[in-house]
Amino acid sequence: MIGARGFGAGRGGRHVGFAIGAALVGLVVLAALVSFVWTPFPPLAIDIAARLEGPTAAHWLGTDHFGRDTLSMIMLGARNALAVGLAAIFIGMALGVTLGLTAAMRRGLIEDLVMRATDLTFAFPVVLTAVLIAALAGPGGVNAIIAVGIFNIAVFARLARGAALQVLGRPFVLAAQAIGKGPWRIAVGHVLPNIQGVLIVQATVQFAVAILAEAGLSYLGLGVQPPTPSWGRMLNEAQTFMFIAPGQAIFPGLAIALAVLGLNLLGDGLRDLLDPRLRVWRMG
Amino acid sequence: MLTFAARRLLGLLLTLVAVSLVVFVVLEVLPGDVAEIILGTEAREDTLAALRRQLGLDRPAPTRYLAWIGGLVTGDLGLSHTYGVPVAGLIAERLAVTAPLALIAFILSGAIAVPLGMFAASRRGGPGDWGVMAFSQAGLAIPNFWFAILLILVFAVWLGWLPAGGFPGWGEGIGPALRALLLPALALALTEAAILSRITRSATLECLGEDYVRTARAKGLDRRAVLRRHVLRNALIPVTTIMGLQFAFLLAGTVIVEQAFTLPGLGRLVVQAIFQRDLIVVKNAVMLLAFMVVLVNLVVDLAYTAIDPRPKAAP
Repeated sequence: MIGARGFGAGRGGRHVGFAIGAALVGLVVLAALVSFVWTPFPPLAIDIAARLEGPTAAHWLGTDHFGRDTLSMIMLGARNALAVGLAAIFIGMALGVTLGLTAAMRRGLIEDLVMRATDLTFAFPVVLTAVLIAALAGPGGVNAIIAVGIFNIAVFARLARGAALQVLGRPFVLAAQAIGKGPWRIAVGHVLPNIQGVLIVQATVQFAVAILAEAGLSYLGLGVQPPTPSWGRMLNEAQTFMFIAPGQAIFPGLAIALAVLGLNLLGDGLRDLLDPRLRVWRMG
Repeated sequence: MLTFAARRLLGLLLTLVAVSLVVFVVLEVLPGDVAEIILGTEAREDTLAALRRQLGLDRPAPTRYLAWIGGLVTGDLGLSHTYGVPVAGLIAERLAVTAPLALIAFILSGAIAVPLGMFAASRRGGPGDWGVMAFSQAGLAIPNFWFAILLILVFAVWLGWLPAGGFPGWGEGIGPALRALLLPALALALTEAAILSRITRSATLECLGEDYVRTARAKGLDRRAVLRRHVLRNALIPVTTIMGLQFAFLLAGTVIVEQAFTLPGLGRLVVQAIFQRDLIVVKNAVMLLAFMVVLVNLVVDLAYTAIDPRPKAAP
């Protein structure tokens, strides 16, 4: 088994990691939800007089080069990161699990086609796919969703196929076949419930990958366009003013790192709760 | 071994054909009129027609595809619309930055991760183990471009030890060029080192539980010698595989890191070409990057067989 272990080695350490992960993810979700009804300042309000301030009593995390409140923008950025992550996971799981299950149930040509298609997808790392999409459709917020989504389809198709093949040989599947259940009722009723653990754990990891990819693309200017706040673009803009206002180049990055750390710890913890022998690959 | 290599080589060729088809369809067939994408919707019809002729867009798509593949083989990739120079030369020039950058990052990530992972495994459950795993979690969570910014803040802005970005070119000597690549390579290596240190740790732990380790200890070898002579080689098998697979992500990562350090590499060329709608550059550069990804995966496969002879016996 090559299952990579995370924080500490004992199970006690794992629960601490899980709790920290849940708390961090909870914090990001809370920030995103609260931003719908309240932010410290209107997030897009320009105040040139207060530009590039460090943290003050009014602006807790300072202001950017337009005098916009950094904390408010980070809260809106959380919304963007979560939306991209959720959409990319939804696309990946809906199509990928369907393809993977079909491959495992049907075998033969369909299975070969699905597997070769995933091979091909892996020849294009997420950034490269996003670059292709951006060249085709121009920069935009949907690029990251589609790029990570396509990659996730391949990840979940492989994972679902592998896990399903293991389950398909088990006695309860034979029993279901014996009483005359069709392949789809077996796939949905017997296989899916038995592989959902590994799918959920991988979804957490891929969620983190999606957030990183979205931030990276926005940093390149290929993601969501101004004025919609995005953590990646905030960092890109802050880099220009790094010499005068280094704080601006720190807080959005911290937001990304904490969100990703939270999801990774949550994934590790879930893995241990559901099945400690699972192998989880981080792909992106 | 030879038939295995030949089969893998054939697989490589097929994958490359599939990759080139994807790139061609996405960039030349799906957009409709490439000339209009390059020149914009307000371009005059005669200008559009001239560009279509220059790019050979008046020919049917299969012919264009075959011509492009022929060009890839002979090195004739056409002219860049923005720079007005041959794309092949442009890419070669940029590759002279990207390839060393990826290679240095690759070496750095291994040099950081393998000792760390083995150290953590040999101190299982202790503070050293905990520290390495905390490093790994942090490395996975920190995006490479943010780490790049932090490195620039510390080493270029505050300490002034290394340049904040840019590249002097290899003509200025190896020293300044390597100095310019050091921080970018470090930024690129962090995530890979984080992943690899975890893999090394678990691979080492697995080897430490094997009978031959107990035998080696029983015949009186000390812990260090066992780790070096018996565990390292065996633990390196999964580590090499993952390192190779990660190289693909490392290459893709150069797209972002080169932007952060304003390095004139292949990745930055691609991003700029998108904004300048220079689809010919995008097409060939993306093809080259994907080619390197696929090629490295083949090399890893072959290296893996050399280190561990078992897989080649498999059907």
